[in-house]
Amino acid sequence: MLGKTAGGLFWMFRYLERSENTARLIEAGFRIGLTRPGGDDEEWESVLTTAAVWQAYLARHGELDAGKAIDFLLRDSTNPSSVLSAIAAARQNARLVRTALTREVWEAVNDTYMILKQALARPVSTRDLPEVLAMIRQQSALVRGAMHGTMLRNDVFDFGRLGTFLERADNTARILDVKYYVLLPSVSQIGTSLDNVQWETILRSVAGQRSYRWINQGETTPMGIANFLIFDGRMPRSLAFSMRKIATNMTYLENEYRARHGSHDQTDVLLARLETGSITRVFEDGLHEFITDFLTDLARLGQQIEIDYRFLG
Amino acid sequence: MTEHSPFFDEMSGSGAGLRSPYGRYRDWFDGEDLRDLRKKSTEAERFFRRTGITFNVYGADEADERLIPFDIVPRIISGREWSKLTKGIEQRVRAINAFLYDIYHRQEILRAGRIPVDLIARNDAFLPHMIGVTPPGNVYTHIVGVDLVRTGEDEFFVLEDNARTPSGVSYMLENRETMLQMFPELFSRIRVQPVQNYPLDLRRSLAACAPRVCTEDCTVAVLTPGIHNSAYFEHAFLADHMGVELVEGTDLRVVDGKIAMRTTEGYKAIDVLYRRVDDEFLDPLNFNPDSVLGVPGIMDVYRAGGITIANAPGTGIADDKAIYSYMPDIVEFYTGEKAILQNVPTWRCSEADALAYVLDHLDELVVKEVHGSGGYGMLVGPAASKKEIAAFRAKLQAKPGNYIAQPTLALSTVPILTQKGLAPRHVDLRPFVLVSPNQITITPGGLTRVALKRGSLVVNSSQGGGTKDTWVLEE
Repeated sequence: MLGKTAGGLFWMFRYLERSENTARLIEAGFRIGLTRPGGDDEEWESVLTTAAVWQAYLARHGELDAGKAIDFLLRDSTNPSSVLSAIAAARQNARLVRTALTREVWEAVNDTYMILKQALARPVSTRDLPEVLAMIRQQSALVRGAMHGTMLRNDVFDFGRLGTFLERADNTARILDVKYYVLLPSVSQIGTSLDNVQWETILRSVAGQRSYRWINQGETTPMGIANFLIFDGRMPRSLAFSMRKIATNMTYLENEYRARHGSHDQTDVLLARLETGSITRVFEDGLHEFITDFLTDLARLGQQIEIDYRFLG
Repeated sequence: MTEHSPFFDEMSGSGAGLRSPYGRYRDWFDGEDLRDLRKKSTEAERFFRRTGITFNVYGADEADERLIPFDIVPRIISGREWSKLTKGIEQRVRAINAFLYDIYHRQEILRAGRIPVDLIARNDAFLPHMIGVTPPGNVYTHIVGVDLVRTGEDEFFVLEDNARTPSGVSYMLENRETMLQMFPELFSRIRVQPVQNYPLDLRRSLAACAPRVCTEDCTVAVLTPGIHNSAYFEHAFLADHMGVELVEGTDLRVVDGKIAMRTTEGYKAIDVLYRRVDDEFLDPLNFNPDSVLGVPGIMDVYRAGGITIANAPGTGIADDKAIYSYMPDIVEFYTGEKAILQNVPTWRCSEADALAYVLDHLDELVVKEVHGSGGYGMLVGPAASKKEIAAFRAKLQAKPGNYIAQPTLALSTVPILTQKGLAPRHVDLRPFVLVSPNQITITPGGLTRVALKRGSLVVNSSQGGGTKDTWVLEE
């Protein structure tokens, strides 16, 4: 496979994942606004920060406003992480790697782009927002389904999966990074219940509120939530789950190409940290430090994959 | 038919009858509801958008990916008509390859005085880098698109030979695919020769032209200028259907005397490069130094026999419009036979007598730039205003050598589906020809372009033309 193609696949799936994550963040922020009557727009600052666009938002709008924040995250073309920008970038990459995709996957991505472009052509009213967000979720599911149902399980698939899970791990870690203070023992003692709204945002942002309750019998503690998002291998958006997927696909590449690279060693280090670590130790050593280190190492891994597989000339 | 015209109509002939190739189709059509067919027509557009078969228009907004309109009424050619055409096409393509070999080697045709020396020596399309170079397998034009027009029952003319990088074959394939999806019942009633083998034929044909150093499996790749090129869809489509890599200049470099592509596992050598990049951008070391689309040094590898470039550099000299008028002589010179397919009578404005005639008859003639393409820079006399003619006259007088003129042909029509039913529109035809050392393969059918505007004779997609599926019947 061309190095350029591998890079295109990696980024195509990163962007797809990003569009879905951004939509989920909007959903969480929107939900809080509804359930906190007469509430302020403060929550949007942490949503925008999680999406890593807070500064860009301020530069564009100056002040915090729920409607503007939603528009910025959903359809602003000057925001490269907006849902619409991410989908457009995913499709552009899909065009670039058209020969590596099945017709079904290409059509699913192209369809998604055309449907969302139309749905997001004008600002979305509060009334239509839930429907639009649902549409984004459905379209992502369609692309994923086409990918699983029709693509060969070879290096093409592996690079796509690497993009998906690097982006996902990054997103979950950033949610924790922005919200870590809510989870700190100093703020709310271990064992006590969290501010309802705060933990709900966190779980909603990763579509985990139902599964968390299922697993923890309704017991909501900071450590429980942090453990769920970091170490629980059953939770498909946890760091452990994402890293295990990355490691699996890295191993497939190692076997297919019969070559081991620096990125493989980095993957092993990151995975070991999640498989042998425990939430008690993380809280002892500092949640914030743990997350910051993870984000840095994850970014380094992404860069090393890019070098090892010659994405660029 | 709701509209009548003085032109030869391929469905109804010269009167209001029904030509036999269309018999079964017409039976079917008459049993259909017009509104349903209109709906199918809209469905077809959606189908095309989903597949992503769009083209970018130069100068237009980046987001503006346009569709070439598709008409759902097929253009039908009988098997007998087709086999006559293919003989003519094959003869012409053989002559073109013999001409190219000759013109870059001993130049017998110039020595024999059959075409003027100046026409070659002073022609920008003549590539001095190719003098004395023999491409692998002696094939210059691996892929040719011969543009044909029809004016009557047995009258076909060659409008131009596209011997550089003819495009449009993806439309031929997708048009058929669309028709198969929308009207499966038609294909069980009417036996149409398949076109779907084209990508595999192309791969086989290209592989057969690999340089001699290529022993086992040949690596073929398609070279595209990139995602912003108007024909990018087609480049990706062909690479995909051949099962080969689609590369850009930035993916390639010279490694150990071969052209190699950067893969996830390191550099891998390419044996045959189907390039969709023009000669002048192919190699910044040998041609345009500013080009970022090509591969530095590829011409040196090529001359040393390390790679096959398809089509060979320098083939433009064969489809130059100034050379076109000599094609009957060229065919005769190399094949020893009269040309089976006719040329459109052509006045070379470089010649004083011809120029005088053309200037006197601008309102009747079609005047074309010798090096132009895509329907730009041409004058269609009968459709032009007095002002346009006057402006063109000035350009023509300033540089007569840049122009040729042809009579306005009474192009045949084929019906399209309009709001009110069938209505005749002018068409042309581009069959696609594959050349390998041992074989010439012509896909039955080709791309039918149709001028959607009533009365218009310009079929180019950049000028409001559309396409149709082209059927060659089994018989």
